[in-house]
Amino acid sequence: MYHKTLSYRTFSVINNVFLTVVSILCLLPMYHLLMVSLSSTAPANAGLVTFWPIGFTFEAYTKTFNNVNFLTSLWVSVQRTVIGTGLALVVNTIAAYALSKESRVFRARNIYLWYFVITMLFSGGLIPGYILILKLGLMNSLMALILPGLVAVFNIILLLNFFRTVPKDLEEAAFIDGAGQFRTFFSIYLPISLPVIATVSLFIMVGHWNAYFDGIIYIRDSDKLPLATFMQTIIVQADMSKLDPSAVANLSQRTIRASQIFISALPILLVYPFLQRYFVTGIVVGAVKE
Amino acid sequence: MEAKLAQQVKQGKTPRINRKKGYKQPWMLHFMVLPAAILVFIFSYIPMSGVIMAFQDYKPALGIANSPWVGLKHFQYMWENDYFIQITLNTLFFACSKMVMNLIIPFFFALLLNEVRKMALKRTIQTLVYLPHFLSWVTLSGILIDILAQTGLINQFLSSTFGIKPIFFLGDGNWFRFTVIFSDVWKEFGFNTIIFLAALSGINPSLYEAAEVDGAGRWKQTMYITIPSLIPIAIVVATLALGNVLNANFDQVFNLYSPLIYQQGDIIDTFVYREGLLSGQFSFATAVNLFKSVISLVLIVISYRLAYRFAGYRIF
Repeated sequence: MYHKTLSYRTFSVINNVFLTVVSILCLLPMYHLLMVSLSSTAPANAGLVTFWPIGFTFEAYTKTFNNVNFLTSLWVSVQRTVIGTGLALVVNTIAAYALSKESRVFRARNIYLWYFVITMLFSGGLIPGYILILKLGLMNSLMALILPGLVAVFNIILLLNFFRTVPKDLEEAAFIDGAGQFRTFFSIYLPISLPVIATVSLFIMVGHWNAYFDGIIYIRDSDKLPLATFMQTIIVQADMSKLDPSAVANLSQRTIRASQIFISALPILLVYPFLQRYFVTGIVVGAVKE
Repeated sequence: MEAKLAQQVKQGKTPRINRKKGYKQPWMLHFMVLPAAILVFIFSYIPMSGVIMAFQDYKPALGIANSPWVGLKHFQYMWENDYFIQITLNTLFFACSKMVMNLIIPFFFALLLNEVRKMALKRTIQTLVYLPHFLSWVTLSGILIDILAQTGLINQFLSSTFGIKPIFFLGDGNWFRFTVIFSDVWKEFGFNTIIFLAALSGINPSLYEAAEVDGAGRWKQTMYITIPSLIPIAIVVATLALGNVLNANFDQVFNLYSPLIYQQGDIIDTFVYREGLLSGQFSFATAVNLFKSVISLVLIVISYRLAYRFAGYRIF
């Protein structure tokens, strides 16, 4: 039994320590940022804060929550995420249900599948997409952020692969009891597909919450900017101009920036632990086929 | 339904059940696909037809219908442009380095994680290493800019421990390349580990039992059972990555780069954004994008064929 040999036990201890250190390193930058955001301005700017707040204060958070632009962007992002995820779940799951049928039941299945998959392989790119939104008159509207990405073919494939693992007997029983396609979908398929639906919801939610680029190109008014775009323009772009070494001293807003970054990432940090136990099973079922 | 049936039975009527209703409703399936199909048509197929702009001198006022045709002018200009060749090489460099690192590191990480026997510890480690995958590049670059600054955490640590002079991670071309690759690996290795962990959990335990009876230690078991079992899935991951050889991650580079390091850091996608939307050269940017899409398409088709032939992988 190798478990009991001295060399394996030594390896095991070293391995556990090593992996623990690696996993802490994944969290450390976020933690450091939190500590900076909780410190007072002077030590934070001087770069004295490492893993403990110096001059503990919530001042940066008070200032952030008094910033009207930050709050309106937060609200736009919440709307975008809720509406976008809700719509996407409805559209993608019902399409995936239909596409999970065998082609002898649903003859056009393979045609539809290729019709969708082609969009994964080839796209018109940035400029034609931009012109389309312009021509549709969606510029500067919430729908410009939601509609173009509503159908996520990757998620449809994940869902349909899961739906195909549902035993056919259940479906037959439902049909014989007189249920239609919609009824079968809602009462049979949805309840037993919760892991994969949770996974897909997580992907879509995170996608909406983190999306910034469409906000840059489609949104003009500052009160319609989603939070990620707001952060991008305020933090990243503003900071890039400071890359010039002579201007580095001019980092007066460090604590506020840290608090804004932390708040914008908070929903993900909160939702993720609850959904991640599903998503491991979800993605594995969707990705690995024997 | 049941209540209705019970009522019908009570009233002495023969309950009429429309048996096999679902089987009689294939049109319903079309109806269910319809919303997705329409959206894809509008937001994917219409822009696809927009690539004909690449063969025109597109003027927004004239539209695609009336803009003058110029044939391959933009493609020719692209090839004679030294800067374009530079950014193509940059893109290949970033994409290939990330591909190799994102294959090797998750592979070994999964092997090591597989040796952790305490389930609680294993799960905690997993949860923590997946986490950066879900944070956006906007958030992460905010953090990276802060900790990689010349007065930032990393430089402080390096100078106090090793006495190294502050490194200009995001302002020096070579360090920028290193930072981009390293931070991408840092963000994604945990998530990429999932697929290998799944393959590990699929290995038949009786193989290990047999090996133990034959006196094989853990090292030999790893060499002769675990690693060979992971090779097929590693081949799938590697071949599928081939299709991404011209995708060097726009979000990451866009949020980390600056005019200082365009020479070493600019990639095709960021170039298309600047030329197309910021400089208004719609046709040229579309031509560059079309070039990239066509090469990617060919590579994806080849990689899926290879993955199917060597490992029986299919997407649906």
